[in-house]
Amino acid sequence: MAPTKKIIAVASGGGHFIQLLRLRPAFEGHQVSYVTTIDGYQEALGGARCFVVRDASRWDKIGLLVMLLQLLTVFIRVRPDVVITTGAAPGVFAVRLAKFFCARTLWLDSIANAEEVSMSGELAGPYADLWLTQWPELERADGPVFKGRVL
Amino acid sequence: MIQAVDEWAATSDEEVVAQIGPSGLKPLHLKYQQFLTPDEFTAYMDQARAIIAHAGMGSILTALQLQKPIVILPRQAALNEHRNDHQLATAGRFRETRGIHVAMDETELLAVLQNLNTLSASDGVGPYASAALITTIRDFIEGRSV
Repeated sequence: MAPTKKIIAVASGGGHFIQLLRLRPAFEGHQVSYVTTIDGYQEALGGARCFVVRDASRWDKIGLLVMLLQLLTVFIRVRPDVVITTGAAPGVFAVRLAKFFCARTLWLDSIANAEEVSMSGELAGPYADLWLTQWPELERADGPVFKGRVL
Repeated sequence: MIQAVDEWAATSDEEVVAQIGPSGLKPLHLKYQQFLTPDEFTAYMDQARAIIAHAGMGSILTALQLQKPIVILPRQAALNEHRNDHQLATAGRFRETRGIHVAMDETELLAVLQNLNTLSASDGVGPYASAALITTIRDFIEGRSV
């Protein structure tokens, strides 16, 4: 039995978060804190701990700053060993913040990005310890690798 | 999309529940809310006979898992509906998947809706990612090399 890890699992609300929830068996036996941008996943989460942060796009600088500070608060409270994200904006911040907490990071690009890696993936992927795509044709030597899909 | 479904609903005796978003349109023949929480959305999908949605992965994955036929109308950058055409890519990749029915415009959507009773549903997709992906992520979490 591997020692229990503290995990932050983060994704924007909607499709990104639904993909994150499909990874749950990988987190079993560990202490997971979810982070997303919309409230109302209580049933889907089945009682797991979840923090809600502000949603923002790259055009909304103030929103992004609020999101970053809220994420920082979550990181200070959780002190994660591992950060897992399926994107988008909060995942980019989480991958960068993780370095200050010496947490290892995994970016799983959304299955919606079938023809090119997402813009957020290109921003965060190079900083992630493991960068995954869900489409084998998008594998690159300096980019993501394919290890399976969320379905 | 909401307008097309509203017009169709006027001629049909199906009960239609819609999340209309911020567009400001007020449908006449749909029961609607501007925004549903994710749990509410899933509960409505669970009660529905079929789903009509843009080609977002949340709707698609949930419909496959609940074994409901889903009709998808991809958002297109050319119509200023999205910042890029990843929904067209999604529609292209999933159009052969059983239970997913792609409509490229409102006319095609109405044609699909005329055949609502015969639309196939998915055979069922499990609630979790592929075993290979789960193993990779588990190994990563527990510090084994992947």
